[in-house]
Amino acid sequence: MADDKVIEVRNLTKKFGDFTAVDHVSFDVFQGEIFGFLGANGAGKTTAMRMLCGLSIPTSGEGKVAGYDVYRQAEDIKRNIGYMSQRFSLYEDLRVYDNMKLFAGIYGVPRKEIPARIDEMLQRLGLSEIKYKMVGELPLGWKQRLAFSVAILHRPRVIFLDEPTGGVDPSTRRQFWEMIYEAADGGITIFVTTHYMDEAEYCNRVSMMVDGKIVALDSPKNLKAGYGLSSMSQVFDLIARGALRSE
Amino acid sequence: MRQDDYAKYAVFADSLEKSFGKKEDKVVAVKGVSLRVEKGELYGIIGPDGAGKTTLFRILATLMLPDSGTAYVDGFDISGDYRLIRDRLGYMPGKFSLYPDLTVKENLEFFASVFGTTIKENYHLIKDIYERLEPFEKRKASKLSGGMKQKLALCCALIHFPDILFLDEPTTGVDPSSRREFWDMLSSIRKYGISVVVSTAYMDEASRCDRISMMSQGRFIGTGTPAEIIDSFDRRLIAVSSDEMFRLLRDLRDISDVDYCYTFGDVHHVVLREDSLASPDNLSAVLVDKFKHENVAAAYCKPTMEDCFMLYESKLV
Amino acid sequence: MTQFEAFVRKEFFHIFRDTRTLLIIVGMPIVLITLFGFALSLEIRNVNVAIMAKQNDPMINRLADRINRSDCFEVTDVVSSEAAVDSLMRRDVVDAVLMFDSGFSSQLLRDGAKLSVVSDASNPLLAPSEAMYLIQAVNNFFADEFEGMAQPQAGLTTNVRMLYNPQLKSSYNFVPGVMGLILMIICALMTSVTIVREKESGTMEVLLVSPVRKLTMLVAKMIPYFVIATAVLIIVLILAYTVLKVPLSGGLGLILGISLLYIILSLALGLLVSTFTKTQLSATLICGMVFIVPSMFLSDLVFPIENFPVVFKWMAQIIPAKWYIGAIRKVMIEGVSIMYVWKDIVIMAAMTVILIGLSFRNYKERL
Repeated sequence: MADDKVIEVRNLTKKFGDFTAVDHVSFDVFQGEIFGFLGANGAGKTTAMRMLCGLSIPTSGEGKVAGYDVYRQAEDIKRNIGYMSQRFSLYEDLRVYDNMKLFAGIYGVPRKEIPARIDEMLQRLGLSEIKYKMVGELPLGWKQRLAFSVAILHRPRVIFLDEPTGGVDPSTRRQFWEMIYEAADGGITIFVTTHYMDEAEYCNRVSMMVDGKIVALDSPKNLKAGYGLSSMSQVFDLIARGALRSE
Repeated sequence: MRQDDYAKYAVFADSLEKSFGKKEDKVVAVKGVSLRVEKGELYGIIGPDGAGKTTLFRILATLMLPDSGTAYVDGFDISGDYRLIRDRLGYMPGKFSLYPDLTVKENLEFFASVFGTTIKENYHLIKDIYERLEPFEKRKASKLSGGMKQKLALCCALIHFPDILFLDEPTTGVDPSSRREFWDMLSSIRKYGISVVVSTAYMDEASRCDRISMMSQGRFIGTGTPAEIIDSFDRRLIAVSSDEMFRLLRDLRDISDVDYCYTFGDVHHVVLREDSLASPDNLSAVLVDKFKHENVAAAYCKPTMEDCFMLYESKLV
Repeated sequence: MTQFEAFVRKEFFHIFRDTRTLLIIVGMPIVLITLFGFALSLEIRNVNVAIMAKQNDPMINRLADRINRSDCFEVTDVVSSEAAVDSLMRRDVVDAVLMFDSGFSSQLLRDGAKLSVVSDASNPLLAPSEAMYLIQAVNNFFADEFEGMAQPQAGLTTNVRMLYNPQLKSSYNFVPGVMGLILMIICALMTSVTIVREKESGTMEVLLVSPVRKLTMLVAKMIPYFVIATAVLIIVLILAYTVLKVPLSGGLGLILGISLLYIILSLALGLLVSTFTKTQLSATLICGMVFIVPSMFLSDLVFPIENFPVVFKWMAQIIPAKWYIGAIRKVMIEGVSIMYVWKDIVIMAAMTVILIGLSFRNYKERL
């Protein structure tokens, strides 16, 4: 079903001079899927993700995100996606509520709906009592959960997570993944990069990028079976070792 | 003056404390940390961001004075003899500290000169690592990938043949294969008798160390060889999987024998209550009969460093 | 390569690889000198003058003609009533008006006559000079007119003489000010920013945990900026001498000596700022707001300190640029010898010593 495809990419290519950062990449991501986007540093993950977020125009190829064209409808794409990275975090010197209001406003949530949506979100997270706390005072795990919920406050069709759990302690990391599961259950598509290979196991499907190309794309189970290996970590090592360029 | 009592340790620290900020906003970064690193040891400080690792490293690298407690590096007092320590220390701070506008070679040359040596003199030490950077000698450091920057920073910290190397989160943000390569390099450095203290937030890297300390909220919550730490896991741990993993997680939490459970790659790890008599078979029976899960698999499993970390952390609270 | 050489080399790499900043450093003085020298010049040029005479008077006509011929003035209107003058001034058509009493020339020949100069004072810097210059032009005219005749000109003029700068060339006054400002920016701002940048990027941590002594590091940081500042100084002096025709009358040696002292003083200032700031932004703000802006206002560059409240006059005493600009102005334009500026030199030297001392005391060997 074509409607089920949230991300549709055909031969997407990005060149910087004579360096091809992303080389004829094709894949689809379906509604409600958790899609792991793996690859070594310099494999072209960030460049590809930027194109999908409407931040960078491809050199050639086709790409549609949430039904919008990456060349011509970058603004529509931005309105229909969420983005959260390890570096991105909320304003520490603003209250939780103010942060949420700010980002809801930025993403064009109708003004009248904002307070209700925030309350609903906080309630779901069980964080209602910290509504008026400064974000800076919260523990890392809470901040991260908040950052995630802010990124989906405008009900995007797909959320891009760029190494969302780097440096985070094991329990917080897992709480975070449970949230991802829940969001995916609610129909939001998750597009995530990570350096933790156990997290790759949580994805419905995983793509592996090497030297700008996608060299493997399947469910973790099938990937492991296909290579005859017992963990994604081994699969990653095997595939990444084939890399020629180390950027 | 070298203190002979402590000189046999690469690092000897006792009850280090350090906090920041004024009364109300006081944040205790390091709480009563004691540490002994043997000569030639590869010692890991394992803990998440904000555990206090960087503050501890800065204290040991003579960049900060502790509020209380004592520490000796190579037998020298960190407060009184800091200059002597600095002569024999290699230090790589959290952000790989390179000059982005200098080339690979210029960076290395500069740091060699700073330590009063030349690239030639100690080239044998960095040869294995630097060989991989050599094709990019003329490239500016800002144009290197995370893995390459990390290698260059390590070369810069090693070029003066230090007795002790402090590496603060050298593998953060670096992909798994580069990280493994990096640990291979660290292991190879040890043949020169250099003691290495390294911090990381990646628990799986702990197994590459001779000994480790797990750090959380400013405290050491467990110290020993990786094997000792794993052995000290005193609870029954069961790996469970089924066709519906996310529902499985919630259902497991509803079972009274389960103390807590969490995702773990393609399975869920279940820690049973201390007084529980349940076996994996009991558990899978409940999951199939009561919760209607299909393709349930449950078996005892060996804890990993992460399981241990979470267990110790829960004991802390 | 010694530690020190390696350091200096590295600093030069930083500077020369950041071409944009380098261009600004070298280009800024050229632009400023040109800007201040020409565009913002306070010279009297193209002043529109109106003449008010109650009745037609041949002598006044000759005067108007004479004034018109000068570069500075243009007689744009001749009117016959005060009301008309009012209207001209209000509409900003003229900058100054010469007002003659009725029967001016006949009165003048008998027992002196009155001539009023009305000047538009909305530009307080220019108005007095305009008026004075205009009076002088009138005087010159009458001196010629009555040449050979023993004719007193009482009631007409004050004798205005202008020393040092007979053409009232204001670009002269700007050159020392611009020099003071530019050298301060290069030395204090750039030095503090380059040191603080190492704190921000974390390289300072590595340098601290190395056997490098702080003296080595700090002197090495200062040397490249000393060299660049000296180069800029020479460029500015050449520009001033060739393009703006500033006389440099006090001798090049003395000018260079005072300037080099000021460069070192500014470097020390930058050093001090770098010891207590942690980010490039705060270093820039402190250098800019605490040193450079007051240097502009309190150092006689734009406004004479004499017109400031007494508190500002005190504050001006601790602004290094004030002493430098004062001394350089005296040497460069008045052409005085060292005897007249020794006080400024001693004060600057003392400031340098204090600043260097403070920065070394403040410079921490830990984080």
